[in-house]
Amino acid sequence: MEALLQHLVNGLVLGGIYALLGIGLTLIFGLMNVVNFAHGEFYTLGAYATFAALALGGVPFLVALGAAIAGGVLAGALTERVLLRPLRGESIDTVMLVMIGLWIAMQNGELLAWGGVAKSIPHPFPTAPLVLGPLSVAPLRLFVLGAALALIAGAHLLIQRTRLGRAMRATFQDPDTAALMGVRIHHVRTATFALGSGLAAAAGALLGPIFLVYPSMGDLASLKAFSVVILGGLGNIWGATLGGVILGVAEELGAGYVSSGYRDAVGFVIIILVLLFRPSGLFARAERIG
Amino acid sequence: MAKPQLSRITAVLDVLAVLAAAVLAAVALPGPAHAQAPVKVGVIQPLSGPVAASGNYVRMGAEIARDWINGRGGVLGRKIDLVIEDNKSDPKEAASAAEKLIVRDRVPAIMGAWGSSMTLAAMPKLEEYGVPMVVETSSAASITRRGNPWVFRISPPSEMEALGLEKYLDRIGIKKADFLAVNTDWGRGATSAFGEILKKKGVGVGVTEFMDQAATDMSAQLTKIKGTGADTLFLTTSVEQITLVLKQAQEQRLHRRIITTGGSSSPNQLIKQAGAAAEGTYHILFFMPWFPEAMPDGKLARAFVDEWSRRGHPFEGLTEGFRGHDGVATIAEAIRIAGKDEPKAIRDALWKVSITGVNGPIKFEKDGPPGKESGQSRPSIFVVQIRGGKVALPDFLARK
Repeated sequence: MEALLQHLVNGLVLGGIYALLGIGLTLIFGLMNVVNFAHGEFYTLGAYATFAALALGGVPFLVALGAAIAGGVLAGALTERVLLRPLRGESIDTVMLVMIGLWIAMQNGELLAWGGVAKSIPHPFPTAPLVLGPLSVAPLRLFVLGAALALIAGAHLLIQRTRLGRAMRATFQDPDTAALMGVRIHHVRTATFALGSGLAAAAGALLGPIFLVYPSMGDLASLKAFSVVILGGLGNIWGATLGGVILGVAEELGAGYVSSGYRDAVGFVIIILVLLFRPSGLFARAERIG
Repeated sequence: MAKPQLSRITAVLDVLAVLAAAVLAAVALPGPAHAQAPVKVGVIQPLSGPVAASGNYVRMGAEIARDWINGRGGVLGRKIDLVIEDNKSDPKEAASAAEKLIVRDRVPAIMGAWGSSMTLAAMPKLEEYGVPMVVETSSAASITRRGNPWVFRISPPSEMEALGLEKYLDRIGIKKADFLAVNTDWGRGATSAFGEILKKKGVGVGVTEFMDQAATDMSAQLTKIKGTGADTLFLTTSVEQITLVLKQAQEQRLHRRIITTGGSSSPNQLIKQAGAAAEGTYHILFFMPWFPEAMPDGKLARAFVDEWSRRGHPFEGLTEGFRGHDGVATIAEAIRIAGKDEPKAIRDALWKVSITGVNGPIKFEKDGPPGKESGQSRPSIFVVQIRGGKVALPDFLARK
């Protein structure tokens, strides 16, 4: 019982990060229809930006997190403007190939800039765990979970409650009509990609101090992000949030009670089941547009 | 709409294929042989990916050996040239790196490939082309048991390591132990080798848990291990994952005696990156750069430590870097004995090598099925402990 509670706590923390990754990708993949293989690289970018700001720039921890998110937003905007905008109207395959190219270029760029040896990001939280009965959790992990939830809520508010969010939803439902209504759809696309990339960078910046930072860390993150998006349904923000938590908890319980060697397989078995029985995702509405 | 797309992609692929063929043809042309051309030695290491730290340290050690040998006039009057390939911590890449080194660079001997799975993946290429490889790190028993007569290992297999620990078991006082290992040939081999020694000694074995090489969150495994009530955890993986496991064990209040196996724990890196979480942990190592004079060849060990720091390499890399030195020194000696840089002659000469490396004496004994034996050296094995943020001899030795 104690172990079960501990597994659930662990899974929840992990799930929060998966959700953050998934929301970023579901905006890009689900709404913009861009199969973004480079999503994990923005995650890596966020982690390295945090490392650079903290270890080399010497700024406070929260400032470094902010800088990493800003870096991700800027890099995302640049990517959309330079690579994706000229490809408007091209088939999804062409865009996919370009994103694979970006993925390889970014990963090798990181390898060139930082070397292959993993870096550890210093953080100001005490390393002694908080103990609650049989449960223990590191303060850093609680902070990460809190920050992830805040970012998720922020993204949700941005999309549902602001003019920009309304413009985004309109653009991806019907770009032509939105343009006729005066929405500057080029800008909306740039903003959406920047937001998605910024969330990925935030996930990297938050997970960096818990784990280690190295150039190929984004590969696993990409895989998890795609899993979460498929679980939750394309373009569905709440689906991605719940999908992330489900994946995190399922992996944790699978590793704890089935076999730790198959930890990552547990997530993919769930995805196969979802694809078999609910092909458009666990939380897809009956009718989906866009 | 789809058709022109497809034809454009195939057109691009066509162009790429023609280009690739042209490049291949250009490099496959045999160059003129120079008498004074350097002797090439291939090196396959994980220079990127999840275990990159170790691979880079081994490369640095190999470069020191190369420069020392070249400084003394090289071998056969020729300089040694290292051709270094990155296997990206991936067995598939290790196999293609071996093929590239043999076919394109025409190296007569290789050192590699750090991880057991990577070495095992590269081994069929050695047999296919007939090129010897000195294995500097891998510990899976199967490497020298597969009947591949081109393999010469200077690192200890897990069984040898376990036997090295056996004599201390009573003093350490283990009652029940769990295992946590990377899910590779190395990790699986180590859990069974150490498990057998423990069972033989009447020590209880709790759970054996595995983790993917790239996994970063081990809390599920640790929660499970916490439930067994054992007193010791044997940990077999790279320094990157050891760092994460120690930090996460601290988060979960897993109070265990932790012993790392495989010699790739780089204790100073653990002190730096895991801090207090590394306190009290034991590490099986094959080089003690803190006490170079205690090594079999104290002068060589001291010189290696000094040269390493003169080059500005991180101290924590020394426990891994010496492998690169010893591997290249072994190959250079074999080339000297062979009298020519020809793969088969080097293979035959490897059986006659008898040198002292940074680890200690290197001399190959036969291992594996009769008639197709691989070479296995008997390396020195040491145990150290992290105490008070420093590396020290283990307390069970100090308190006797």
